[in-house]
Amino acid sequence: MSGDFPVALILILGAVLIPVLPGLLRKAWMLALPVIAFGYLLAIPHGLHGQVELLGQTLTLMRVDKLSFLFGTIFLLAALLSVIYALHVDDTMQHVAGLVYAGAAIGAVFAGDLMTLFIYWELTAVSSVLLVWARRGEHSAATGMRYVIVQLMSGMFLLAGALLHWRATGSLEFGHIGLSNTAGLLILIGFGIKSAFPFLHNWLMDAYPEATPTGTVFLSAFTTKLGIYALARGFAGTEELVWIGTLMAAFPIFYAVIENDLRRVLAYSMNNQLGFMVVGIGIGTELALNGAVAHAFADIIFKGLLFMSMGAVLFRTGTIKGSELGGLYKSMPWTTGFCIVGAASISAFPLFSGFVTKSMIMSAAAMEGMTLQWLVLLFASAGVFHHAGIKIPYFAFFAHDSGIRCQEAPRNMLVAMGIAAALCIGIGIFPGALYALLPYTVNYEPYTASHVVAQTQLLFYSALAFAVLMRTGIYPPELKSVNLDSDWLYRKAGWGFVVTFRLALTETRAGLGGIIEGRRLAIADFLLRQRRPEGMLMRSWPTGSMALWVMVMLLAYLVLYYVG
Amino acid sequence: MSLVLHLPALQVVLPLISAPLAVLLRHGGVAFAVVTAAAWAAFACAIGLWLQVGQAEGGVISYHIGSWPPPWGIEYRVDRLASFVLLLVSGMAALVLPYSRASIEREIPRELHYLYYAMFGLCLTGLLGITITGDAFNIFVFLEISSLSTYVLIALGRDRRALAAAYRYLIMGSIGATFIVIGIGFLYLMTGTLNLVDMAERLRTIESSRPVLAALAFITVGVSLKLALFPLHQWLPNAYTYAPSAATAFLAATATKVSVYVLIRFWFSVFGESLVFHKLPLPQILLLLSLAAMFAASFTAIFQDNLKRLFAYSSVGQMGYITLGMSFDSVNGLDAAILHLFNHGITKAAIFLLIGGLVLGLAKPGAVLPTPTFDRLAGLAKRMPFTCFGIVLAGLSLIGVPGTAGFISKWYLILAAMEAGKFWIVGAILLSSLLAVVYVWRFVEVAYFKPAPEGSVRQEAPLSMLIPAWLLVIGTIWFGLDTSFTVGTATEAALQLVRVGK
Repeated sequence: MSGDFPVALILILGAVLIPVLPGLLRKAWMLALPVIAFGYLLAIPHGLHGQVELLGQTLTLMRVDKLSFLFGTIFLLAALLSVIYALHVDDTMQHVAGLVYAGAAIGAVFAGDLMTLFIYWELTAVSSVLLVWARRGEHSAATGMRYVIVQLMSGMFLLAGALLHWRATGSLEFGHIGLSNTAGLLILIGFGIKSAFPFLHNWLMDAYPEATPTGTVFLSAFTTKLGIYALARGFAGTEELVWIGTLMAAFPIFYAVIENDLRRVLAYSMNNQLGFMVVGIGIGTELALNGAVAHAFADIIFKGLLFMSMGAVLFRTGTIKGSELGGLYKSMPWTTGFCIVGAASISAFPLFSGFVTKSMIMSAAAMEGMTLQWLVLLFASAGVFHHAGIKIPYFAFFAHDSGIRCQEAPRNMLVAMGIAAALCIGIGIFPGALYALLPYTVNYEPYTASHVVAQTQLLFYSALAFAVLMRTGIYPPELKSVNLDSDWLYRKAGWGFVVTFRLALTETRAGLGGIIEGRRLAIADFLLRQRRPEGMLMRSWPTGSMALWVMVMLLAYLVLYYVG
Repeated sequence: MSLVLHLPALQVVLPLISAPLAVLLRHGGVAFAVVTAAAWAAFACAIGLWLQVGQAEGGVISYHIGSWPPPWGIEYRVDRLASFVLLLVSGMAALVLPYSRASIEREIPRELHYLYYAMFGLCLTGLLGITITGDAFNIFVFLEISSLSTYVLIALGRDRRALAAAYRYLIMGSIGATFIVIGIGFLYLMTGTLNLVDMAERLRTIESSRPVLAALAFITVGVSLKLALFPLHQWLPNAYTYAPSAATAFLAATATKVSVYVLIRFWFSVFGESLVFHKLPLPQILLLLSLAAMFAASFTAIFQDNLKRLFAYSSVGQMGYITLGMSFDSVNGLDAAILHLFNHGITKAAIFLLIGGLVLGLAKPGAVLPTPTFDRLAGLAKRMPFTCFGIVLAGLSLIGVPGTAGFISKWYLILAAMEAGKFWIVGAILLSSLLAVVYVWRFVEVAYFKPAPEGSVRQEAPLSMLIPAWLLVIGTIWFGLDTSFTVGTATEAALQLVRVGK
């Protein structure tokens, strides 16, 4: 097969048909799309396909190599699982948005040049926000707007960087970019927003908990992992990433421990897992890159599984606050079981998928002699177990009985969770299959005595700490609270600054009776007024002042001409 | 066949005749038929001219009215740019007129329908005339024809505020026209000719004398007013908001665009690039005003509650991109400006046409048409799926999403900015696109995600309105994917202008 037709278009064009198909046929079609796409992908030989001329550039729509094939496969798998999980939803728009979003992410993975990458990059932003809005509330509307602005901003950085890169190198090919010039920096910021670098991460915790139960499952798979893919492709071995990743792995732990919204806990824990991958990419050795990519693969499955189980809880009980849940294992035994498998995987228990992938990154860090980073990552691993491994299942399904009695999750959700759980265990026990897909040849054995013992000790002591803290009542209780993160800076502090500034000025003015301050106050007032209907830009001007402006313009031109 | 040789004259004469005919017949239906036929004939002429220009010697058709050779007689002069604008204007008229039939049914009292068509015909005549003529005074005459008929078109709007809007536009438009005629007067004084080509040749010897500079200033300000360059845009939002939907769509797609054409014509073909760009700080002023338009107008658009007004402000912002392209003083910049002139024309026309249908869908039978404010649009996508989806697609083109016409023009604009070495402008263009995201997405959010009020039924706009609008929506996608026609023509036009202007 020639492979000139982009895999992504199978999903994107296929999604367009969804609204017109009747009930059962629609479900079958949605399930068939990722399967057809995967079959097609298998038939394409590795290499460059689908090269088209556009705007005087050769664009490569399909670049199939080991890296893109691996990400394409996991994205298609995630799309299939998410579709199964969302099968009961009647809202066709969510289905269309989800599949277009998955298609766009897959298109971006196979993009051989920065232009194609940019186009799909923007499409992921535009399609994914629909999943946030589909929750249909005032809150999700505002969140969605913030989310899409940040995502499009990332595209803008990418485009600006790509153009500079093109100017500098004369080529738009998406290969290794590196941080040697401004272009590289801009592109790195663009990628960094998608991968939720520290201080660029707030959209993640902001938006993911606000999407629909099924929408979050879609969201958790694609956007951030696309960022990771792009980093692995363009910035492998960039040392700065090691520190960025270490920071990413460590700081969300604290937030995750005190957060009450369990899906937000998962969002923080996702940020922490991304940190491990970024570290791997930053180290840049074959083992580290393999580890980063493999961990992305495993993370999509186990994080998807955790989001699915929490989505099922939200779907059945209508709440996802740790303080309001508890004792659900009686009502939702299967969901509880699957959630524990996901928790074990993310905590990297031996025989679960996280163990065989995360330990590659840790070993790579140790081999490069990065002791400090290694220690921080070790701390982060213990923290993961704390908040994602124990906290999530404990507060949702056990803890004190909240008295909520509900039905088990719908069958399609259970099927999706079951497949994901089976994959988690499968990868954990037979890592060879995943290792064979990795970009470099793997000479790594996860199940050595020292690995297993070290990890088990770590987990054991972490569990002990949790138990002791719970017993003694020191563990931060699940409270209804709002935790300040750095987005506070632009969401509240910026506004607060304006208000305080005005207050301060009013006081000084009262004290000094000065004129200058009064003027400045007028400026602050003026800016605030602009967004109201009577603001200068908003209101309809009287003809006289319009005419005055014309005269001013004319005068300005005449003066400038005569002077110039 | 000699008729083919007279296409330039027919281009203007056909719609010109249709207008008084419409008045004489005094019947809405017949007037509709006459003016629509004239508009289609004009569109055919424009296609013919576009083809002829490709084969003409030097890429220019010169037509002498009454066989009087220029500079004594009036010359009609069609080059690549003129043929492109003619195509846009007549094509828009050919699409908007069939749409008007159903659209004005509830907007304008039936006994006034014939007037609407007559004014439409006159407006079309004026716009085509401005574009095709090679005579400075003729430009002024046609400008007045189009402006006066535009005031009436706006005043025909059913809202009482339409009258005030038309009045304000009348005052401002007259000031603009006066400035233009003063400028032309100065030029006539200095050169003794009104033929643009002749004028350009004579100006070379006296270019930096004060009256010439004054003429440049008067014409620039006068035309800036007509093209709604920030901060002289204040007449536009109300005029667009309260005019009948079909008139808004036609004006948004053509009137300001023809004004841009006039500015390009005077700057590049008459005063010459070296005077306008190299001796005077015009590019810097234009750059600043364009940036101000891109940000201030788009920012204002975000906070509008009336959908029509929102897109009217967006038009002011989008004009900023066009003038920004001109300010770079390069072939690529001019290319981008001409490209955006066309692409934005079809995009905005599509949006306003769809809004016209949307207003009809919002109305209760027999009641007065409501204003399309956001609180009335909740859940509209369920009731009017085609209309809403069309607005979203055209909105994507306004933002400049890849795969739409808007992306192509922004792409060339960015290339031109990079070529000029002004990288911060690349950032500004991208940032201002984000503002467009916000105002377009506001519509998406309300129409698609807010629950519809109880008891609302599916009620699409009539097909006679949906089809022209969707042809334009498809156009915005088509010209985003296949750019051979638009980019090819714009590049050729830009090259021709710069070659002549040197």
